[in-house]
Amino acid sequence: MYDTIIIGAGMSGLAAGIRLAHYDQKVCILEKHYTIGGLNSFYRMNGRDYDVGLHAVTNFTAKGAKKGPLARILRQLRFKWDDFALAPQKGSRIAFPGHNLRFDNDLELLRSEVRREFPNNVDEFDQLVAKISDYDDLDQESFELSGRKILNETISEPLLIEMILCPLMWYGNAAEHDMAWGQFCIMFRSIFLEGFARPYKGVRLILKNLVKRFRSLGGELKLRSGVKTIHVDQKQAVNIELDDGTELQGKRILSSAGRLETLRLCSDSSEPDPRTAGQLTFIESISVLDRQPETLGNEDTIVFYNDSEKFHWERPTEDLCDLRTGVVCSPNNYIYPDESGKLPEGVIRITTIADFDRWNGLSEEEYRLAKLKWYDRSVAASVNFTPDFRSYVIDTDVFTPTTIKRFTWHDNGAVYGAPDKVLDGTTHLDNVFLCGTDQGFVGIIGAMMSGISMANAHCLRA
Amino acid sequence: MAPAEIRNAIIDILGDIAPDEDLSDLKDEVSFRDQLELDSMDFLDIVMELRKRYRVQVPEEDYPNLDSMHSTVTYLTPKMVDCVAT
Repeated sequence: MYDTIIIGAGMSGLAAGIRLAHYDQKVCILEKHYTIGGLNSFYRMNGRDYDVGLHAVTNFTAKGAKKGPLARILRQLRFKWDDFALAPQKGSRIAFPGHNLRFDNDLELLRSEVRREFPNNVDEFDQLVAKISDYDDLDQESFELSGRKILNETISEPLLIEMILCPLMWYGNAAEHDMAWGQFCIMFRSIFLEGFARPYKGVRLILKNLVKRFRSLGGELKLRSGVKTIHVDQKQAVNIELDDGTELQGKRILSSAGRLETLRLCSDSSEPDPRTAGQLTFIESISVLDRQPETLGNEDTIVFYNDSEKFHWERPTEDLCDLRTGVVCSPNNYIYPDESGKLPEGVIRITTIADFDRWNGLSEEEYRLAKLKWYDRSVAASVNFTPDFRSYVIDTDVFTPTTIKRFTWHDNGAVYGAPDKVLDGTTHLDNVFLCGTDQGFVGIIGAMMSGISMANAHCLRA
Repeated sequence: MAPAEIRNAIIDILGDIAPDEDLSDLKDEVSFRDQLELDSMDFLDIVMELRKRYRVQVPEEDYPNLDSMHSTVTYLTPKMVDCVAT
């Protein structure tokens, strides 16, 4: 009998596992995939290491900072700041036709860029920042207000609104078109008030440290252990049946599988309404270059681009992908410490919005061709906003919505889960709780915070 | 445990929670919140570490006693008289 069974060995499940094992609980983490990490996993191909989700760790605060989610999760998980070896970004950019807003890990740069591009609106921008600072983290009612409505009331320049929304939606909005005010505040803080960073070795360094710690505390991790059914008796989960028929018992279950995905596992639930599932998923076109991006004049860590004055955040309706907006990430463009130096090869990663159903419906041959075709198209769209790198590419890879589904198990490969978040993590069962993207926090630090806070609230205080 | 041993035990717990913190010049009369910027999650951790390490229970209404090192040691001295330093 376990004290807690955790579903999913992503950032939230591993962080929750560490908390519980630290306080002497008997804990088991079940992972359906053959590897850990969920959305923030990694893989190796043609002798090269790749990350799945990671462009940047958001919520970065420098060593010595005592406030903010990074400092908090380090204390909660008993890690030193150096354990995550986060190197800050050089600087990023929001690129719309004829307009650029640069930003880095100091709000002052963004503010001066707003003043340069939109001199009449800088006071309104300051008012927005003030509203965000007032916002209280976990109040469901204010969380669900329309972000666009509050932005429209605060800022009179529509283009500035679209430019601010673009990176925040790209890095953490599960809903189409609009963004919940709470999610907007969380993302604004994590990107503009805190910032971007990356470990030289990528996400595997963070995952390795989490797993090592979890195991050293006596936690069990079972890979290739998908959950088939959560057997329910009178509002209580009584045991878990795995795909291979093994049965496990736990006093409580903490699931990062997603809200709908978890409900569907419960023996007492009928098929949940699929319309409430998340719709936003991506393809990622990765290019390995024979030189560093900076030698091509590319000094940007991340570029969020959009090809018109109106930013469209929605599932593609016409084709496999929507090329109007995208993200260019150059992992080389972080300020790595001298002892590690530059990354050995240049890398450019381009993210493009995609339609899960269309990708999922392709035959094997069509899928192979679609990857080639949409790699070319995505790269061609991106070089309107970043120096053209196409002559220097020595290797490529593309991952798609079906890849993301394999790693995350989310319906539709929805990167940020379902639009309706369950901030208190409760379900219709007394001893089953949610953590991870569907609880409300996204990003690497956010996911860990979700695992920690749900473990504290539902599994440690009980 | 004597008050000095309890102080060491608390220093151990704080060092565990905040490994990047230099605790050698911690001022006993100043609140942890002001010196270390500990938040409510951290205070809960101090309570849980005391329970884990020394089986000492600190009920919620007593949390204000954990404000500074001085108040914490004063509060814990009668509760931890039978505890053994680890």
